[in-house]
Amino acid sequence: MGRRAPYWLALPGWLWLGIFLVVPIAAMASVSLTTGNLIEGFAQTLSVSNYSDAIAKYSTQLVRSLVYGGVATLLMLLLGYPVAYWIAFKGGSRKSMYLFLLLLPFFVSFVLRTISWGFLLADDGILFGTLKGWGVLPTDFHVLATTVAVIGGLVYNFLPFMILPIYVALERVDPRVIEAAYDLYASRFDAFRRVVLPLSLPGVFAGVLMTFVPATADPVNAAVLGGTGNTMIGNIIQTEYLVNSNYPTASALSFTLMAVLLIGIFIYARTLGTDNVLEAAAR
Amino acid sequence: MNNPLLRGLTQSRYSRRDAMRVAGFSAAGLALAACGVQGQKAAPPKASEVADFWSTQKKNGQVVFANWPEYMPEDQGPLKKFQQATGISYEYKEVIQENADFFGKSEPQLRAGQPLGYDIIVMTNGLQLAKMITLGYLVALDHKQLPNFAANAGAKYKNPSFDPNNQFTIPWQAGVTGIAYNTKYVKEDITSIQSLFDKKYEGKVGMMADAQEIANFAMFAVGVDPDKSTQADWEKAGAKLAEQRDSGVVRKYYDQSYIDAVAKGDIWLSQAWSGDVFQRQLAGEPVKFVVPAEGGTIWVDNMAIPKGAANPVDALMLMDFMYQPEIAAELTEYIQYVTPVPGVQAILAAKDDKDAKALAESPLIFPTDDDYAKLRSYKTLTAAEETVFNGIFQSITQG
Repeated sequence: MGRRAPYWLALPGWLWLGIFLVVPIAAMASVSLTTGNLIEGFAQTLSVSNYSDAIAKYSTQLVRSLVYGGVATLLMLLLGYPVAYWIAFKGGSRKSMYLFLLLLPFFVSFVLRTISWGFLLADDGILFGTLKGWGVLPTDFHVLATTVAVIGGLVYNFLPFMILPIYVALERVDPRVIEAAYDLYASRFDAFRRVVLPLSLPGVFAGVLMTFVPATADPVNAAVLGGTGNTMIGNIIQTEYLVNSNYPTASALSFTLMAVLLIGIFIYARTLGTDNVLEAAAR
Repeated sequence: MNNPLLRGLTQSRYSRRDAMRVAGFSAAGLALAACGVQGQKAAPPKASEVADFWSTQKKNGQVVFANWPEYMPEDQGPLKKFQQATGISYEYKEVIQENADFFGKSEPQLRAGQPLGYDIIVMTNGLQLAKMITLGYLVALDHKQLPNFAANAGAKYKNPSFDPNNQFTIPWQAGVTGIAYNTKYVKEDITSIQSLFDKKYEGKVGMMADAQEIANFAMFAVGVDPDKSTQADWEKAGAKLAEQRDSGVVRKYYDQSYIDAVAKGDIWLSQAWSGDVFQRQLAGEPVKFVVPAEGGTIWVDNMAIPKGAANPVDALMLMDFMYQPEIAAELTEYIQYVTPVPGVQAILAAKDDKDAKALAESPLIFPTDDDYAKLRSYKTLTAAEETVFNGIFQSITQG
C-alpha cells in the first residue's frame, strides 16, 4: 500500500463511474443509431438520420426548453446573488441557520414540492381565491397552466443550487481586500464591481452550471405546472422512452440535448474569460 | 482586440493525441453496445405447452398482487377473505400508476428474462397490454382452474377482441370515460361532447394526455366509430383537437390529476373516468359525470400473470376468487367501477343499505344495453399504425 493508497481508494469511485456512467452512455450512443421497433427489435444501421429527424420534429420543444432554462437561470442569478451576498456579508452569527433554511425544502421530494405549488396557485386556491374575493384580481386571472408558472417553478426548485456556490465564493473573499479597495479611493460600487464581483465569478459559474443544465432538461415542472404549449424536451424524451418505446429517437434526443448544453457551457466558459474556470469553481 | 470568446474558439487546446484517445474510447463503447436491442416477438404458445407448464406448477401458499391505487377497499376485506379461505398469504402493492410508465419500466426486466416480483399485474386493454401479449411476456392462463370466472363473468367480459378466449387475461374492473363537470361553475346540464369544444368554456376544459383517450373523444365529436377508423379519420380528429387547443379552449392535457383540477375549479369540465367522479361525489364534492350522447369509451383493466412469476397457481386462485359474486359485490361497493360480474347487481339491490341500493340502480356501474350501445373501445393498432396514430395525437398534447 503506502504511496499507492490514494489510487486504491479512488478505484471504487472510478469503477462506479465507469460502470454506471460510461457504459450506459456508450450503449445509448449505439441505440441512438439503430432503427426498428420494440416488437421486431432494433437493428444497428448507423442511421444518423435519427438525429436530423428527431431535431426536425422536436425543434420547437428543444428551443423552448433552452429559453425556459435560460430565463429561469437569469432570474435565479438576479434573485440569488443578493441573497448569497447578504448571507455572506450581513449574515453574522446566524449564517448557518440561514443556509439551513435555504436547504429545508429539500427535505420534501422534488415532485411533491412542485405539486404543492399547484395547490398554492390554484385559480380559486388560498392565494388567488382570496385576492379575487377582495376584488384585487379579475375572476379569470390564473397563473397555473402558463409559461409563467413553469418558469416560476423552475426558479423555485433550483434557486438554492444558485445561491450556495455563490455564497461559498463570496464567503471566501478576504474582507481586507475590500478594505484595500476603499483605501485606494474606490466607491462602494467600484469595490463591488472591480473586486467582489470578479472574485465571486467562479461561484456564479458553478451556480449557472448547476441550475441551467437541470432546469433545461427538467420534465416535472412543465408536466405539473404547465398547460398546452409548455411541453419541454424532457417531457418529449420521457414520452418517447416510456410511452412510445421509441428508444432510438429518445436516445438521439438525449444526446442532442447533451451536446447543445455542452456547447452552450463551453461558449459560456470562454466568454466569462477564465480559462480554468472549471478548476476555479471546483477549488 | 482580446475577445475571450474568439480566443477560446480559435486556439487549439487539445492535442491530436487527446482527440484520438477520445475517439478510441467512443469506438470501444460503440463496439460494446453495437448489438442493439433484440426483438422478442413470440409465437402464441401451443395448447400442449400450456398444459405442460401448469402440470408442473404447485400451490406455494403466497402471492404478490400489483395493482393501481384506490382499487381495493381500505380494509382489504376481499383479500383477507381469500387468505382465510385458502391459507395463502398475500402481499398487495399499489405500484401501477400508468400503463405506459409501468410497461416502460417492466419491459427491460421482462426482456432480460428476469421476474418482476409480482404474480398478478393489472393493465388496461390498450397499446401496452397488446405489446405484453405480442412479446410473450404473459403466462397463458389455465381455465380449468378458473371455475368462478367461467360461471359468473358477464358475456361482455369474456372473449374480448384484445385477448381472444381470455388466453392471457381476465378482467379486474371496467370503467367508462365520459365528461365530469363542476356544478358550481357549469350551470347547464352537459349532454353533448361538443361542450368540450365550446368557446364559452375557454381555458376551462381539461382533456386527457393519453393518445387513445383523446383520439376516441375527437372521433366521437366528428362522428367516427373508433373501431372502424382509418388514418384519414385520425387526421380529421387531430384537426378538430388542434382547433380546440389553438382557440384556447383547452387549459391542459391531464393525467390522473384532472380530477383534483375539476374539484378545485381550475377547470370546469373535463374528460373523466367514471369511478373517480363517484368517489368524489361520496366525499361531497360538486362534481357530476355524464356519458355524452355522441359516445363514450369503455375500457377494461385486466389481471394477468407476468412471465417468471414465482407463484402462478396461487395467482390463478386469487384471480378466480374475485369472481365470487359476494366478493365482487364487496369490491364494487367500495371502488364503484363497472364490475365484470353481473350477479353483483342483485346482491347490492337486496342489501338493507340505501347507498348499496343506489349503486345497484346506477347505469354507470351497471350500464343498460342502451348504454353499452353508446360505448366504444380503443382501436386495436398494429405497430406501424401505432407510430402514425401516436404521431398525430401526441403532436396535439405535446405541441
